[in-house]
Amino acid sequence: MKSGSKLEKVLSEGKFAVTGELGPPRGTNPDAIKEKAQYLKGMVDSVNITDNQTAVVRMASWAASSLLIQEGLEPNYQMVCRDRNRIAMQSDILGAYALGIRNILCLSGDHQLFGNHPKSKKVFDIDSTQLISMVRKMRDEGTFQNGQEITDPPKMFIGAASNPFGQPYEFRVHRLAKKIEAGADFIQTQCIYNMERFREFIKQANDMGLTEKVYILAGVTPMKALGMARYMQKNVPGMDVPDWVIKRLEGVEKKKQAEEGIKICCEQIEEFKEMKGIAGVHVMAIEWEQRVPEIVEKAGLLPRP
Amino acid sequence: MIKAEVKSLDEIKEMLKGYRKVLNTGCGGCVSVCLAGGQKEVNNLNTKLKVVFKQENIPVEIDSFTVERQCEQQFLAELDHIVGPYDALMSMACGAGCQFLAERYPDKPVFPAVDTEFIGVNKDIGWYEERCKACGDCVLGITGGICPVAMCAKGLFNGPCGGPQGESCEVDKEVPCAWVSIYKRLKGQGRLDNILKIYATREWEDQLQGKILLEQYKSRYIQETK
Ligand code: SF4
Repeated sequence: MKSGSKLEKVLSEGKFAVTGELGPPRGTNPDAIKEKAQYLKGMVDSVNITDNQTAVVRMASWAASSLLIQEGLEPNYQMVCRDRNRIAMQSDILGAYALGIRNILCLSGDHQLFGNHPKSKKVFDIDSTQLISMVRKMRDEGTFQNGQEITDPPKMFIGAASNPFGQPYEFRVHRLAKKIEAGADFIQTQCIYNMERFREFIKQANDMGLTEKVYILAGVTPMKALGMARYMQKNVPGMDVPDWVIKRLEGVEKKKQAEEGIKICCEQIEEFKEMKGIAGVHVMAIEWEQRVPEIVEKAGLLPRP
Repeated sequence: MIKAEVKSLDEIKEMLKGYRKVLNTGCGGCVSVCLAGGQKEVNNLNTKLKVVFKQENIPVEIDSFTVERQCEQQFLAELDHIVGPYDALMSMACGAGCQFLAERYPDKPVFPAVDTEFIGVNKDIGWYEERCKACGDCVLGITGGICPVAMCAKGLFNGPCGGPQGESCEVDKEVPCAWVSIYKRLKGQGRLDNILKIYATREWEDQLQGKILLEQYKSRYIQETK
């Protein structure tokens, strides 16, 4: 075992993993985390704690991760390259490990322009691939990025993101390969709606032998309503929402759209369970945590190990 | 070349308030090429300022003088016998020129009349775009002549983020994603291998006050200590 995290255990035992997601509050109240955590308890193996998602200031992801541990859940600590240089990142990783955090997801991060401090200064001292290398080095070589030894190095289970739907399509699988080479142990994908393109992507990854080297968790986000689907289709960077999703939501009355969204999500999960090269699902039901139990149950993912 | 833009009249007016006699100095270098701070722009700005000062009854007298380049003391020297009567100087050169001017006349308050924007190219008349961040460690040889530091909104080194909107950058539909461009260029040249390898964490070379001392001139500036 590299880190001994629950997520690592589930995956290495070949069980189909389920991860969830939780956004820390835009304030100091820990109850906001406790409340959301209640819905996820027993439903997922690990919970992603976002890092100032969409560049909006929120409680630090390591702090929210620590609060989640107190609730008996395992966090997947997200870290983006936008706000910290390598000094701050490594320092946060040491602190996170000391607080019991064992999974980390290494991301580039949304540009600050999208957030609530659009004219803040970006950092991007290192990029997400380089961040993965750094965390791997801290774990496997027991040294900082500069090569200096760490006393009691942090042993993290290292995650990375992959977006099969962004241009240039042909490069996406190679970018995945680079992240694996850098040291990623698991991958969580962008929300998948375009199943056709995703099947193609996974086939490529299988053919290149990548799925032997890394655990891929397929990302899903249930559509709450037709409006959300339309918004995501048009406005969310890197998102690929095909027309069939819109059509299916249009096909039911307004009250039933949420249910239909969950139904679509569960059908996708059913397919992922059988898909070669997929090791689990990542359910991103942001601000909709209360519906996660229903999704996980309907998709036949219970009980969790 | 360096690209700059003239500050707003309001901002300039505020800076000059309280001074009686100001010399606006232009620069015949980069800022003249991008129509921000050459002789013509100096005259234009002075004309506008004179109107404003008159309208608002602000007693500032403003003259002009343009040197060949403000980033060379040799050209600034032309100002030596002129600056005397002025109680403030304004510079329409880039930030470097403006500082060199201030360095030559340390007793005079110096004000910038332009904002220095970037190192860029002339896409067309009056249309300039950034191309270089002067990071001190050029990677263009790897990335097909497209700079990921200057052209990618996140300065990424290992390929595109998750965000491109089609072939545009996530921050602006009008701006191409640098990494989509890099990919296409290298693919066309059969050099994709360049970006399939991991580009390791770089040691930033632009974090100190930059200085170049050419080998062949070193002896001129550094006294050998025996
Ligand atoms: S969309 Fe392309 S250019 Fe824009 S930040 Fe992402 S990788 Fe960089």
